Amino acid sequence: MFDAPPLPHYFSPEHTQFRDTLRGFVASEISPHINDWDEAGTFPRDLYRKAAALGILGLGYPEKYGGTPADIFYQIILAEEFARTGSGGIQASINSHTIALPPLIAAGSETLKRHIIPSVIAGEKIAALAVTEPSGGSDVASLCTTAIRDGDHYVVSGEKTFITSGMRADYLTVAVRTDPAVKGAGGISVLMIDGDTPGLTRTELKKMGWWCSDTAHLHFDHCRVPATNLVGTENRGFKTLMHNFNSERLFLSALAYGFAQVCLEEALAWAQQRKTFGHPLAERQVIRHKLMDMMLRVDAARSLVYDLAYCIEHGRGNTEHLVARICMAKVLSTQAMQFCADQAVQILGGMGFMRGTRSERIYREVKVMMIGGGSEEIMKDLAARKIGI
Amino acid sequence: MKVLVAVKRVVDYNVKVRVKADQSGVDIADVKFSMNPFDEIAIEEAVRLKEKGVATEVIAVSMGVAQCQETLRTALAMGADRAIHVQSDAELQPLAVAKLLKAICDKEQPQLVILGKQAIDDDCNQTGQMLAALAGWSQGTFASKVEISGSDISVIREVDGGLQTVALKLPAIVTTDLRLNEPRYATLPNIMKAKKKPLDAVTPEALGVDVTPRLKTLKVTEPPKRKGGIKVKTIGELVDKLKNEARVI
Repeated sequence: MFDAPPLPHYFSPEHTQFRDTLRGFVASEISPHINDWDEAGTFPRDLYRKAAALGILGLGYPEKYGGTPADIFYQIILAEEFARTGSGGIQASINSHTIALPPLIAAGSETLKRHIIPSVIAGEKIAALAVTEPSGGSDVASLCTTAIRDGDHYVVSGEKTFITSGMRADYLTVAVRTDPAVKGAGGISVLMIDGDTPGLTRTELKKMGWWCSDTAHLHFDHCRVPATNLVGTENRGFKTLMHNFNSERLFLSALAYGFAQVCLEEALAWAQQRKTFGHPLAERQVIRHKLMDMMLRVDAARSLVYDLAYCIEHGRGNTEHLVARICMAKVLSTQAMQFCADQAVQILGGMGFMRGTRSERIYREVKVMMIGGGSEEIMKDLAARKIGI
Repeated sequence: MKVLVAVKRVVDYNVKVRVKADQSGVDIADVKFSMNPFDEIAIEEAVRLKEKGVATEVIAVSMGVAQCQETLRTALAMGADRAIHVQSDAELQPLAVAKLLKAICDKEQPQLVILGKQAIDDDCNQTGQMLAALAGWSQGTFASKVEISGSDISVIREVDGGLQTVALKLPAIVTTDLRLNEPRYATLPNIMKAKKKPLDAVTPEALGVDVTPRLKTLKVTEPPKRKGGIKVKTIGELVDKLKNEARVI
């Protein structure tokens, strides 16, 4: 029940093998250090190379760039196994290219792709996506950072904030307004900007959770970016940016119920071994009910995500409805995470309040999961629109 | 030099097995299977020999039900070049496995066969030794270090109370102990490539081997439940209990 039994209708032996590889990697290379890294606010850059060596960073990318094409269930497995670290920060940084590279893959020129993608999925370079601005996040169409054409360059000015991997990124996939005359989605483009571009300054942001991940505020002051770094067609960037949201949200959903499951496992282990008034906590009805309330939420979220992954992989179902259900999966999973983190900390009691337990950290990392990649409110609204309400 | 590696599909080491109600064995329905950990070490050693240029080809062999092919794919993903599956739904006991391996050795003519020292399901620790006897080859069991130069092979063995080094002539049988190496993880690209590597299936009949079990399992029971410990008051009482109750000294 805790570790899903073989589900041959979803997972092939290759999937299982990839899971085994990830589980071993996470258990030996990440979990023993994660508390230290979180307290230190960073992790060794070498971890990118180690993950790349196992093909983790190249998952889903074309072979010609050094990647390994793979179906969506591999992404789900990646999320589930990284969740076992009990740290959102490590996966947010290691996998920041999974939101930074898709616009490039979808619309970039071959030269740009060959320049950037191989080094990123080899773990040599770090890529980050920069869309959110101080004036707004969910409302992408209203962004203000401008990129004005000047000869064979764009001159970029403006600010981006809450940028995951923003401090260390060598490449930034930046959403800019190339046509200031157009206020909405129409004037938006995507630019690849080198991390060492003159005029770019970065400030580290302190956060509630995700401590070992670097998050930055970026300031672009007349940064000159070669026009060849434009991804896709000028003023047509909005669609390119929106393109990847579905797979990102499904990934986040799998992560969220993965974290929920970690809380459940930690709470269960504690409840079985902690005795109160002569009996283990797990024998107390009030605790047993909590554990089952946690389990039913994890199971429901996981079942929905597996079903959606299957539908996407096999092209089943109405596209609009699929988008709506993905939005709901993100809500369901992050709510499961919130509920389970809360219950686990409660069951762990004083221990749950102490740094070092996974539940304590996950409790602090609930909100970023309910906000990032589409906030709960936006998810519900989008789902309602897609269903036609 | 060809290296043959035997790999067994066993219940994953993380699974807590339960004895069936009729005591005929353990319940293996719906549990996870994986490669015997000692066999992972065997594959790793063979692949390292190939990477060093000592071995030219690594062939993985597994025996049993159709799903053994999954275990073979793991071996291929770790770096074996090709695989042979001896397909059989019968219970395969160590002697039968050793005979089948002997038949494959006759066909493939490897210079070295590496096996796990034992499988974590039945813990028999017999197949390697039986194969050595059947083939008339030298054996270096419980290896913690293997070095090959020309037709000589030196094996450091983990024995009770220390290490023993044996010098053997190829062809030889080596069985792996835990400390021989640390097996690599199968990388995602190699997992995908393994699907395309050759995997041949044969039957015991085609190899001319009678696999009829020679041993009969009478019953399987859970180990006795661990009882709580006791505190002793004096050294004398401790020695007395060790001598007369536990009978260990």
